[in-house]
Amino acid sequence: MPISFDSALGVHEKALALRSQRVEVLASNIANADTPGYKARDIDFKSAMANVEAKSANALARTNSKHIQINNAVNSAEMLYRVPNQSSLDGNTVDAQVEKSAFADNALRYQATITFLDGKFKGMIAALKGE
Amino acid sequence: MALFNVFDIAGSSMSAQSVRLNTVASNLANADVVSTKEADVYRSRQPVFAAVMDTLNSGGQEQASIPVRVAAIVENKAAARQEFQPEHPMANKQGYIFRSNVNAIEEMANMMAASRSYQNNVEVFNTSKQLLLKTLTLGR
Repeated sequence: MPISFDSALGVHEKALALRSQRVEVLASNIANADTPGYKARDIDFKSAMANVEAKSANALARTNSKHIQINNAVNSAEMLYRVPNQSSLDGNTVDAQVEKSAFADNALRYQATITFLDGKFKGMIAALKGE
Repeated sequence: MALFNVFDIAGSSMSAQSVRLNTVASNLANADVVSTKEADVYRSRQPVFAAVMDTLNSGGQEQASIPVRVAAIVENKAAARQEFQPEHPMANKQGYIFRSNVNAIEEMANMMAASRSYQNNVEVFNTSKQLLLKTLTLGR
């Protein structure tokens, strides 16, 4: 039986890709906290994750070697704009406190996903060694 | 790997904020410069930040990483302070000197805001570095 990393790692691999994308978006928000006219953006992680899972569930199988390989990699999630509590006069909608807490939260969840993946890999290593 | 882009983003913002700190330093240093003509007087300089929108290189997808750049450094158009000081060596024929339009209080507030923003970006940088290092130890 071939070992499939896709089925072994489960949802965590895709979650990690989405988390790292969200790190990038939130870092952009914090970087542009003083840019006039910049609109803060974010990813709705829940719906993005549901989207990714639906895509992988409906993935096309290659039943013939002549079939074209379809890239099932995580597509980038839909970017949404944040609704500001109080936007500034220059049209910037970044709230530094909101972005910072979202960034910290996202970083923690990224580390949680890493821990899950670490457990999966350790399990595989234990199975391979058979000790 | 999206996390590597964070270094570019945070770095671009740190450099933009340090330009802002530089202009604050110039403004405060030249706050008391006196001039004979109004045209020659030092005017307060302010950087203009702009987001780097690069949709052409993001392959039609919406861009996740948006660094920041300094689009321009503009001079404050406010009128220079005119003072009547006939005994001043720089005074013109009418006995007036012109002082720069730097507002020291405004500049100090600007400096604090810039340094806070800089610190925020350093924090983002460090957190991303930790996440990447943790990713490297996966399965160890």
